Amino acid sequence: MSSRAGAYLYPLATVAVIAILWELVARAGYVPRYILPSPSGIAARFVQMHAFILRESLFTLQETVLGFGLSVVIGIPLGMLLVSSHTFNRAVYPLLVASQVVPKIAVAPLFLVWFGFGLMSKVLITFLMAFFPIVIAAVVGLQATEVEKLYVARAAGASRLQMFWLVRLPHALPAIFGGMKVAITLAVVGALVGEFVAAENGVGRLLLSASGNMDTELLFAGIVALIVIGVVLFLALEVLEKLALPWHISQRPLKEPT
Amino acid sequence: MNRALDIPMVEISQVSKEYPAANGALRALDNASLAIRDGEFVSIVGPSGCGKSTLMLITAGLVPPSSGTVRVAGVEVRAPHGEVGIVFQDPTLYEWRRVLENVLLPVDIKRLPREQYRSRALELLELVGLKGFERHYPYQLSGGMRQRVALCRALVHDPALLLMDEPFGALDALSRDQMNRELQSIWQQRRKTVLFITHSITEAVFLSDRVAVMSPRPGRVGALIDIELPRPRSFDFAETPEFGRYAKEIRRMFESWGVLHAGGKP
Repeated sequence: MSSRAGAYLYPLATVAVIAILWELVARAGYVPRYILPSPSGIAARFVQMHAFILRESLFTLQETVLGFGLSVVIGIPLGMLLVSSHTFNRAVYPLLVASQVVPKIAVAPLFLVWFGFGLMSKVLITFLMAFFPIVIAAVVGLQATEVEKLYVARAAGASRLQMFWLVRLPHALPAIFGGMKVAITLAVVGALVGEFVAAENGVGRLLLSASGNMDTELLFAGIVALIVIGVVLFLALEVLEKLALPWHISQRPLKEPT
Repeated sequence: MNRALDIPMVEISQVSKEYPAANGALRALDNASLAIRDGEFVSIVGPSGCGKSTLMLITAGLVPPSSGTVRVAGVEVRAPHGEVGIVFQDPTLYEWRRVLENVLLPVDIKRLPREQYRSRALELLELVGLKGFERHYPYQLSGGMRQRVALCRALVHDPALLLMDEPFGALDALSRDQMNRELQSIWQQRRKTVLFITHSITEAVFLSDRVAVMSPRPGRVGALIDIELPRPRSFDFAETPEFGRYAKEIRRMFESWGVLHAGGKP
């Protein structure tokens, strides 16, 4: 078996084994269905409710993508500012770090008051959740350029702006992608937190109402939908990374051709 | 640019450099002076920490001197002046640029027309034996090949001055000999003014018109030795008595400063 196929088959086999065991336990009848539904029951419910789940998922996906997009659009320039201005760094960086101690869930009700029950508050909570790893990654990546690489450009007469676009930013991109991968998984959590606090739509809303109805099968179906959202977004980022960084060590084959 | 014969290409006068340190200041350079004529190949040899790299950075305008002045082509250096190509010990290629794009970096920085310099870049790559590697990424090249790319990058915008800081110091002995031979032939074809920094006496004698010998820290130019050997020099040549005499003269100088110990004493 090629190692590429194995990369998919081995984890799938593990999932299959767990699903079969789960199915057997659920069918044995020791645990009531509303506590532990069977995988086949969850699948059936998923198919039955697919239009509803898809609709709610699209709400959550929208909030996640917008909140994540905002994190990127604000996080990367913020990282640039922190690196390029010593004063700004000293004034803002400690506060930025301290702000991460505030539990984001605690801020969510406040955001509802400020920004209403609609999309805006969810996007902002998602942003709050996701932007920090991007800022940190940008700062670390931008600062990590070897001084001699900077010398080469400066000796040729590069301006500050050129130093940034031609050297620092491309050099920081792998780190920034690393930060974005962490952020995208947090963004899904952020959207969900927003929906838990108050929402008329979204997978979070679906989970709350399913929970209220003791509809455990639908609860699991909602969780599956969230997993799909998370995985799809993560893979999309990986594809983007592959396109943007064909030269990077993370994109090279593991076995060096000799 | 003024290339009148009476104005040296590089004129380093009384340059000192101090770095702040825990107990006062660390004096890296102490009134170093050196003049390099247009088209001349000058090496600086010196022990580690004698400030020879600092002197090169000051010449490029990348580091300001604490006192003294450096003039390149008669103009005092106060900031990076773009009239230099630099090669460091590490190839310092940009991993995200392909070989040809790496060579064209100074062209991009100076906003020169890429199409025009493309052929020059390809020519340089061919000259160092890298024809066909234009579209490779640096990680796909060996250490020696990367350093060749760095050399092409330093030459592509046709700078008046080539600064090289132990450019072959990280290469294995065979690649190093090979690169020395290639550098000599490139220099003979292009006649750039070169300031070459090394701690290898053999390398310095092999390549240079003149060798500046630097004292231990704080570094001064202790002696200037004219290497009057015919070119092109081959490696067999490094075993001739004339070559040996120059190497010995430089070694003696280090011995007198206590950098090298005669008779292998510690």
